[in-house]
Amino acid sequence: MTDNQAGQPVDPFMGLPQRTAGGLFAPPGTFVTGGRGPRLFTGGGRQGTIVSTLSTIVVLVAFVAIFALAPGARTVAHAFFSPQAMWQSFIGNPKKGYYSVGAAVWLNIRMFLAAEALILPFALLVALIRLSTHPALFPIRVLATAYVDFFRGVPLLLVVLALGLGVPGLYLPVISTQPDAVYGVAALVLSYSAYVSEVYRAGLNSVHQSQVAAARSLGLPHRTALRYVILPQAVRNIIPPLLNDFISLQKDTALVGTLGVIEANQAANIYASTVFNYSSFTVAAILFLLLTIPLARFTDRLIERDRQRRLAGGMV
Amino acid sequence: MTGPSGTEAIRIEDLHKSFGPNVVLRGIDLAVDSHEVVCLIGASGSGKSTLLRCVNLLEPIDSGRISLLGHQITGPNIDANLVRRQVGIVFQSFNLFPHMTVLRNVTLAPMKVLRLPRSQAEEQARALLDRFGLSDKRDDYPDRLSGGQQQRVAIVRALAMQPQIMLLDEVTSALDPELVAEVLDLIGELARGGMTMIIATHEMGFARDIAHRVCFLEEGTIIEDAPPAELFTDPKDERTRRFLRRIVEAKRL
Repeated sequence: MTDNQAGQPVDPFMGLPQRTAGGLFAPPGTFVTGGRGPRLFTGGGRQGTIVSTLSTIVVLVAFVAIFALAPGARTVAHAFFSPQAMWQSFIGNPKKGYYSVGAAVWLNIRMFLAAEALILPFALLVALIRLSTHPALFPIRVLATAYVDFFRGVPLLLVVLALGLGVPGLYLPVISTQPDAVYGVAALVLSYSAYVSEVYRAGLNSVHQSQVAAARSLGLPHRTALRYVILPQAVRNIIPPLLNDFISLQKDTALVGTLGVIEANQAANIYASTVFNYSSFTVAAILFLLLTIPLARFTDRLIERDRQRRLAGGMV
Repeated sequence: MTGPSGTEAIRIEDLHKSFGPNVVLRGIDLAVDSHEVVCLIGASGSGKSTLLRCVNLLEPIDSGRISLLGHQITGPNIDANLVRRQVGIVFQSFNLFPHMTVLRNVTLAPMKVLRLPRSQAEEQARALLDRFGLSDKRDDYPDRLSGGQQQRVAIVRALAMQPQIMLLDEVTSALDPELVAEVLDLIGELARGGMTMIIATHEMGFARDIAHRVCFLEEGTIIEDAPPAELFTDPKDERTRRFLRRIVEAKRL
């Protein structure tokens, strides 16, 4: 028991460093978090910086050397990194039978944004159903579990093909007459919502039960407690894995190209098979990197800002 | 200090509660008057916390009945949220909402449950925080506060709902020794203000000073229920004597 009578003499070294002391009494060597989170993996000081810089240069030089000295280096350099071909595929030339990769990536962005806007609420709904305990919801719970099992288990490419080739064949009004990109987005939403719902579920479970008790004890109804107390904390905890899935989603928009939709990867493919030069794929890769890296940095900043706000004042 | 008024705030009758095979409460009978302060003492696992959680309807009961201001609050068709507006509870581990400032912690329930406009809820929260010496912590997040400050905010958060009765569940047990006094002072002030309270505590000196009645619990039953002067100096039951002897040996009294 940790109860203590006020005014009783107590062993001052009992327990760990005092929270209220602002770290004053933290003994040397205590684990202290610095400006950018735990410094578990940084080596020591300036010497460490020199060593890491040198080793990085050595590794980079080795890679370039292997590439440059390989017997087929010239051919590969021309096939994948020809500046002229890269520019051509980037701007496109419909008269010569190929499309602009740079313009096509706009479709990837739109598909990604549409899919993400649908995945976030839909996956949350699935997670909430799976976490519900009401007996009347049992059949929906089973359905939600089956949904997650199925779409996590089936390759996304097959889902894209099944929807893109199957649904138009049903000849239903409206539903069967959509552009192929819509079936692609639907496949992405179905597949990724299964993954993201599990991320949500983990996040909701990570909020301690005592937070639920505290919210309910104030008279907040279940739904209000969920919205204002549980969900905000859950979402903060899952921002990194959520971002992980969304970077993956950005790239997987390329799979919609298999339906004949001219997105970046498909445009690059058409260029390559028309001109017999693969530099268009390099262009597509660079464009995908330009999309994903800013998203990653943005999320890092979000996480850091939240951490700073809650822990400002330097308390350990 | 205002004393018990004679009107009944809470009545608990033959309350039973078990968790699976583990029987925690075996027939609790307890009545608390308005403006009365009742302390529950007893070893860990004697059922103090469970009793308080049952009164707040955080735990469903197995049998028995609980009435609040003459209305039965156990049984079917009871809106637990309505009951909880009347009954504030504060926990050992504070349980403040870490993603909200102190002010938001205090105003959330009045705004979302009582539907107070933001300005009114904030005004009331400011007044409460001022009264308990927390006005400069208003815009801080809970992680920046000491344990004692966090627990005081938790009490203010419960008070903001203007409850008829407060349940305090070992609110100083998680605190560093030097922070216990500030929280006990606050509770003392509430008692002097006439707040009806049931307090589970290990602070025997505090219980002796503040309570109108002290109940000693063991193995889910109230063994002895008496004014503090009587219970601490002349306990009737052997089990109470044994418990108090251990406390004295541990230099807690």
